[in-house]
Amino acid sequence: MRKLIELPESPISDKQGRIGKSTKHESATRQVSGKARYTDDIPEQVNIAYAAVGTANQSSGRIIEINLTEVRKAPGVIDIITVDDVPGHTDIAPVFDGDPILADGQIKFHGQPVFAVLAESVTQARQAALKAQIKTSDENSEPACLSVADAKEKEHYVRPPYSMMRGDFAESYASSQHQITQQFDVGGQEHLYLEGQVSLALPEEQGRMMIYTSSQHPSEVQKLVAEVLDVKLHKVTVDMRRMGGGFGGKETQAAQWACLAALFAQRNQRAVKLRLPRMQDMITTGKRHPFSNSFSLGFNEEGLIQATKIEVAGNCGHSPDLSDAIVDRAMFHADNAYYLANCEIEGLRCKLNQVSHTAFRGFGGPQGMLVAEAMMDAIARQLKEDPLTIRKRNLYDDDKRNTTHYGMQVEHNLLPDLIEKLEASSDYWSRREAIRAFNETSPIIKKGLALTPVKFGISFTAKHLNQAGALLHIYTDGSIQINHGGTEMGQGLHTKIAQIVANEFGLPIDFIEVTSTRTDKVPNTSPTAASSGTDINGKAAQNACITVKERLAAFYAEQVKGDAEQVKFEDQKVTLGEHGIEFSELVQQAYMSRISLSASGFYKTPKIHYNREEAKGRPFFYFANGASVSEVSIDTLTGETKVERVDILHDVGNSINPAIDIGQIEGGFIQGMGWLTTEDLKWDETGRLISNNPATYKIPAIGDTPEVFNVDLYPRANEEDSIYNSKAVGEPPFMLAMSVWSAIKDAISSLSDYQVDPELSTPATPERIVDAVDKLIATQGF
Amino acid sequence: MISFMLNNEVEQISDVPPDLTLLNYLRENKKLTGSKEGCASGDCGACTVVIAEKNDSGKKLEYKAVNSCVTFLSALEGKQLITVEHLAKGEELHPVQQSLVDFHASQCGFCTPGFVMSMFALYHQSNEPNRDDVLHALSGNLCRCTGYRPIIDATLNACHNKQPDKFDLEEERTLAQLDALPREQQGIDGLYTPKTRQALANLKRNHPDARLFAGSTDLALESTQQLKTLNQLISVSQVPELNVLQEEENGVRIGAAVPLNKLKPLLLKHFPMLDELHWRFASMPIRNQATLGGNVANASPIGDMPPALLALNASIVVDNGENKRNIDINSFFTNYRQTQLATDEWIESIFIPYLPQDSISRAYKVSKRMEDDISAVCAVFNIEFDDKHQITRISSGFGGVAATPIKAVELKQLEGKNWAAKSTYELGTEILSQAFQPIDDVRASAEYRQKMITNLWRRFWLETNPSTARIQTRVISHA
Repeated sequence: MRKLIELPESPISDKQGRIGKSTKHESATRQVSGKARYTDDIPEQVNIAYAAVGTANQSSGRIIEINLTEVRKAPGVIDIITVDDVPGHTDIAPVFDGDPILADGQIKFHGQPVFAVLAESVTQARQAALKAQIKTSDENSEPACLSVADAKEKEHYVRPPYSMMRGDFAESYASSQHQITQQFDVGGQEHLYLEGQVSLALPEEQGRMMIYTSSQHPSEVQKLVAEVLDVKLHKVTVDMRRMGGGFGGKETQAAQWACLAALFAQRNQRAVKLRLPRMQDMITTGKRHPFSNSFSLGFNEEGLIQATKIEVAGNCGHSPDLSDAIVDRAMFHADNAYYLANCEIEGLRCKLNQVSHTAFRGFGGPQGMLVAEAMMDAIARQLKEDPLTIRKRNLYDDDKRNTTHYGMQVEHNLLPDLIEKLEASSDYWSRREAIRAFNETSPIIKKGLALTPVKFGISFTAKHLNQAGALLHIYTDGSIQINHGGTEMGQGLHTKIAQIVANEFGLPIDFIEVTSTRTDKVPNTSPTAASSGTDINGKAAQNACITVKERLAAFYAEQVKGDAEQVKFEDQKVTLGEHGIEFSELVQQAYMSRISLSASGFYKTPKIHYNREEAKGRPFFYFANGASVSEVSIDTLTGETKVERVDILHDVGNSINPAIDIGQIEGGFIQGMGWLTTEDLKWDETGRLISNNPATYKIPAIGDTPEVFNVDLYPRANEEDSIYNSKAVGEPPFMLAMSVWSAIKDAISSLSDYQVDPELSTPATPERIVDAVDKLIATQGF
Repeated sequence: MISFMLNNEVEQISDVPPDLTLLNYLRENKKLTGSKEGCASGDCGACTVVIAEKNDSGKKLEYKAVNSCVTFLSALEGKQLITVEHLAKGEELHPVQQSLVDFHASQCGFCTPGFVMSMFALYHQSNEPNRDDVLHALSGNLCRCTGYRPIIDATLNACHNKQPDKFDLEEERTLAQLDALPREQQGIDGLYTPKTRQALANLKRNHPDARLFAGSTDLALESTQQLKTLNQLISVSQVPELNVLQEEENGVRIGAAVPLNKLKPLLLKHFPMLDELHWRFASMPIRNQATLGGNVANASPIGDMPPALLALNASIVVDNGENKRNIDINSFFTNYRQTQLATDEWIESIFIPYLPQDSISRAYKVSKRMEDDISAVCAVFNIEFDDKHQITRISSGFGGVAATPIKAVELKQLEGKNWAAKSTYELGTEILSQAFQPIDDVRASAEYRQKMITNLWRRFWLETNPSTARIQTRVISHA
């Protein structure tokens, strides 16, 4: 530029965004005023057209004919595609093959997209999509497999079984003083992000394609769109400003709609938007894996686990998607926080004619951890001890019992101390007495109490994903744009990144603008998943800051003849000893002296390794921990439940933003509570999802918020060198809700004077609770 | 022509499809994308807007949150539609917006505009609302990120530090603008808004295929969910006979088109045991639109109010513009979603007789989620006594147990028996365990429903007998 921008007289801003301060969410003001723009809100191009998908009306079968005559004749229809119209790849699977963009000969699940139609309006497209006739045959087609039991019996797996083991289960089980076996089912979960799946494709010159999408993984969308269109990756750009919720449901599941929109856009050279109506979104996109779990458990008189054999069988749906890693994570977390002495853990990846189940906050971890908590309750009832006593005894310690079943040492083991503090702050033992007294005089309403811990491994178990990039630009007024590979889905990632950059340069938060995630700014990024967003992108952003800071420091040190190492960036100033200069002033001088004010940053997580053949290694950089105490009331006549009080103490290391971290903890807990109580996925006998809208699938509503809801952060820095020694917080709090499940079981168990451990699969709906109550009464002669 | 105010501008609409929803009108026609589509079925509240209209005195505005995704444009006639874009005064956020920001109450932000609008309605409706008031006001808004705690706190904070906002300051001007709106028209082509009984009869005669609606919360789903094109719609909302709300000598009369929230004070004054059924009826924005007449007319076996009307021995007045008939609720529902209504008839009003002094009644609803959910089973019991505590009359109503809302006729055997006797309870249990053949569906199994029929009967007996009345029987604390 010829003339530099004039710097304001008194540029000091009061908008602090320092580390450890509860800076407001960067979009909050726009969100509350309706100005935050989501993909469907982007002003539309004049030539835009709208796509919709037509779906299969059965769970299996070979397609003989797709009769689209009536679709073609429908008002407003512009174009129709089937799998035969795809110029490039037809399989858009993320890891292992198996996810056709549109049904490819065989129908895999009820509701599978078979064709797509483009029309002049949303309604025309959706109405036209209903007019196809899809003829199928059962010949040369396997009958639909609709249950985990059936899949296990037929050994229908999307990936081979896998096991982890330590010691000698058989021998130690046989010699254990007590033995218990149990089987229970764990329900899946619909993400129900409030913003459904949506993509907008804009054809540009030279065969380029611009994609706006609601995706946790823009780089994968870029790659899949390029493959489907049969163009090189550099022809496709993906822009992702914000999602209206993701929770894992937009990690792989967003790509299909972007690819279909891009196909239409390429064929018709028009802007194309594809937004799924809610019911279709719920039917055609994967969910949290339902699991069928069982264990055989041997333990001694003190309640210490001697031997465990655990089977976790995930219902993966029709294809692998991410299921290998998801079931692995269930296996990694089947110990939760407890030392499993001699154990065999087997994970099955069952293949069913269902939508392919996918990532969801916790990524299989929660389903595995429930096994550990079920074992604790079972031991406690058998030994007539309080479940908390048994839990504390079985925790990893700092001495011999400090290695997981996959050979990772549990370092910096803070759970014993954390639990002790929560036990005191929640007044666990006096409430335990009060609840016993209440239950003795209350025949219908029973109360329950439980404390459960969480130990959750942080890192992608696919090692290569543990890398991140950032791109930093300083402009000549000292304002900064930062771009990074992470995506904003509400979790406050961009806010934390802005705080990190502001902190590095000693600037107020309004100097920092985090721009939309774009594949043309930071390439080859990992999904924003596995709670890794801040850990890896924060470090990458910090590294970009350090690069530019080093240049500025060297430049300034040369000016004042000092040591560049001693240059400090604080309070909008750059100082070196007694010398100081306004940050923006120095930036202008640097520009005039031809110093680069832009840098990229890169980060890869250290220390992690895992040998899958041996099932040993250190797959996680560190563990995030927490614990919760829940008190519930149940109505033994109807099974209705109320969560009365919740106390949480959670470990986020040094919190970068306490308000955002507490938001993740509270929100994760309530989402987990929904998973374990009211969120009930139901398929009918033909394999059709019947809980397919928010009228039939019930996530927690505002009245379900516990009236007493105490959340505290455990004050201890992460010993590992994470960004500012903070810890990941996206997924771990989800599993804090296990205490609700355990408390419900506690309430039911009170009917037997705490002698019997009731069987309670999840979700613990009113119906399941009444069944468990009745079963317990029937067997106990209550 | 339909005339209304969109925020501060007068709008006159004539050339739109009759089944255009408010939400699509805002997002597609007006490019106001602050209101979001989360479900298009009135279940999530991301689309919530506020409709302001003159209150009964005509001197003040009252503000109601509605789900724009299940509302047709006829609902706006003569009113002000307020959207999230209009709340701030320039850069200055409305107190409810600022409070959400201050309490870190938005994460992904997609539900936020809907919450803002429900909070805004509460801000104008209530002084110093308590936590339960907040839960009720926001019962139609789902949030998947925050767990709601900061939203509850933000709402309490904003409403407890209430100052006159720009809407209060502009109230007189808005009232004058609303008065100046032309009112003589009869809706638009295909979306008719008759103002008299006769006009309704004529329209129905001239458009025999037209669908009648009042709140549209159910009918709109045929458009938004089943993708049907609804070409001919008649709103009954402005027909005076359907808007009566009065205490008569022997009971209350409720016009078929009176929204559930509007009839609430009168209904609960005489039938306080319906309180829970009322607040658990869908959600606040739905209750602002949905009507008792609609709940009866659509004859769903899982509607919340028909079981209560059965147990309370209500009657239904139906009309065709020439003749009115009085139909006993007990014979009104004939089959799955079928009623005694003739094709040229509509429901005018519902009459509920007062309860005699010596009677007890309870209404119970069991669902997976306490709020905004549909019954697995609904059971309403009503017992009348003589001075010796002998049952003189017993009536009941059930939802979710048969193809229609239904009563347990055989409970009549209990008449003449002593309510306090355990044998009476046991006989009732025996009768009820064989009374119905409920089915399995997404909400519950047949077996569970069967259990609920008798378990709710048990709850009723426990709660209404002096010897057991102290036993706690409910987990819900807010009501």
